[in-house]
Amino acid sequence: MLGDFFLHESRCIVLGLVDTSVINHLPLVDTPVRAGFPSPADDYLEAKLDLTEHLVKHPSATYYIKAMGDSMVDYGIFSGDLLIVDRSLTPQVDDVVIAAVDGELTCKCLGLINEQYHLLSGNALYPPIALAGKELHVWGVVIHTIHSLRGRGHS
Amino acid sequence: MIGLVDCNNFYASCERVFNPRLEGKPIGILSNNDGCVIARSNELKPLVPMGMPAFKILPAIRKQVTLLSSNYELYGDMSKRVFDTVRAHTSDVEPYSIDEAFIALDGFSDVTAHCQHIRAVVKRDTGIPVSIGIASTRTLAKVANHIAKKQTAYCGVCYLANESGLLTEALKQFPVSEVWGVGRCIAEKLHVLGIHTAWDLRQANTKQIRQQFSVVLERTVLELQGTSCIELDDMSTPKQNIMTSRSFGQLTESLFDLQEAIRVHASRGAEKLRHQHSVASAALVFLKTNRFREDVVQYNPSIVVPLAFPTDDSRLIIEAAQKGLRAIYKKGFLFMKAGVMLLDLRTKHTEAQFDLFETPNNVEQKQKSDRLMQTLDAINQKMGKHTLQLGGVRKQAPWQIKWELLSPRYTTRWDELLQVR
Repeated sequence: MLGDFFLHESRCIVLGLVDTSVINHLPLVDTPVRAGFPSPADDYLEAKLDLTEHLVKHPSATYYIKAMGDSMVDYGIFSGDLLIVDRSLTPQVDDVVIAAVDGELTCKCLGLINEQYHLLSGNALYPPIALAGKELHVWGVVIHTIHSLRGRGHS
Repeated sequence: MIGLVDCNNFYASCERVFNPRLEGKPIGILSNNDGCVIARSNELKPLVPMGMPAFKILPAIRKQVTLLSSNYELYGDMSKRVFDTVRAHTSDVEPYSIDEAFIALDGFSDVTAHCQHIRAVVKRDTGIPVSIGIASTRTLAKVANHIAKKQTAYCGVCYLANESGLLTEALKQFPVSEVWGVGRCIAEKLHVLGIHTAWDLRQANTKQIRQQFSVVLERTVLELQGTSCIELDDMSTPKQNIMTSRSFGQLTESLFDLQEAIRVHASRGAEKLRHQHSVASAALVFLKTNRFREDVVQYNPSIVVPLAFPTDDSRLIIEAAQKGLRAIYKKGFLFMKAGVMLLDLRTKHTEAQFDLFETPNNVEQKQKSDRLMQTLDAINQKMGKHTLQLGGVRKQAPWQIKWELLSPRYTTRWDELLQVR
């Protein structure tokens, strides 16, 4: 339902306001729908799949770091794994991050306990690190971990 | 509008990114062979002068200071990251040194805010703090950058607009010897003429300057007056680095063409070195594709090749530059420009005076030894490790000391990645 047009202070013409008084129910299609189908006349060719391009979206802000120890095994990060870390992402609760706590770099999960930020481990043997009163700098967000299966240790 | 982006204490800052414990601490970076201090963090500046040989630092001071060998691979990679990050926010980036670049800032309504944004993104993505100076010419942008760096009130970004009181004041307080392109010698001659500040030089008669000095200085005066007329090709400042580069008449993707260009640039750079009695510690090689060609994929690689020891030898410099080119060249890209920068210059005769290991005899021996090393490595590679080994005496060889204080090459070697628990 459209009201009268009017000129907003930002110099945009407002055509109308959304009417939120009525809720419309629409059916949900929950199977993925592909728009169209691959055409032999596609503009570009892919010669091969580039793994780096696929995994790394911000090359100038992405760094490779080696994980040591077993503090994050519950997240699937094992000693010797290759972590792909992106500094350009804004860290959010639940992100696995590389963080500097009092100058020391560590790989942990950013979490909230009782509304206080903590660094959580992925291993019951390592207690959460409370950040109150400490200097925390998030160095980067860990976006992928690469675990090689051949030559893995047996716990 | 032209901006000059300059990294603060670049080498020390690179080390700090991967070792946060070094934040706020005095750090000194040493030249190859762990000779002299070539870079300092702000905290080191009051304690140790630039160029001081490491062995001359007093023990009391040495204890509180972290000394590291120059990790050129790391610095070169971080430099590339900084410039690539900046490139996403401006229409052109022209690297001028390993840690400085001129950028094009046309079309921004609030250029200061935009540069603050660039500063924040660079710090976030690379961990490197930078200062940005903005003005209508490169020479003035250099003045603005100097102010941005030294005066904390600017929060890292200083814009000197033409005809502004700020610009006038800044030039009146800027010593003429610090103006881009004015060395100590020229400054002394200018003092005789009563020209002491950048403002004085700006007011000078350009014809007179051209007659009494050179057309180069005349251009500096014009730039101080707001007329941009200095191109980046073939610029050099004796103190910091020598840069030789040229845009190609025609875009080329041929390695052969690039090798020829790099050979010429490296050779000319070495000539300039010898002309000013300097030696260089590393060579930076870069390539540039044409940013105006949207149909062409962009690729702007660069790499720093450390020189085994500070040198002005054409052969060694050309060899290093060619090695760098081979490492960054990729087929299928149309390049517009190639260049070679010679980094961390030092006066040649200082070498002989302070560095005990650098006497001419040893230089000869060192070169011979390098060839021997290469042969050795080749044989060992082919026939298996330890097929040939050095006799005991060699293990104390001075030029091997340089690896002692080297931090890991965190971003260029798989087996030297940062390790985190």
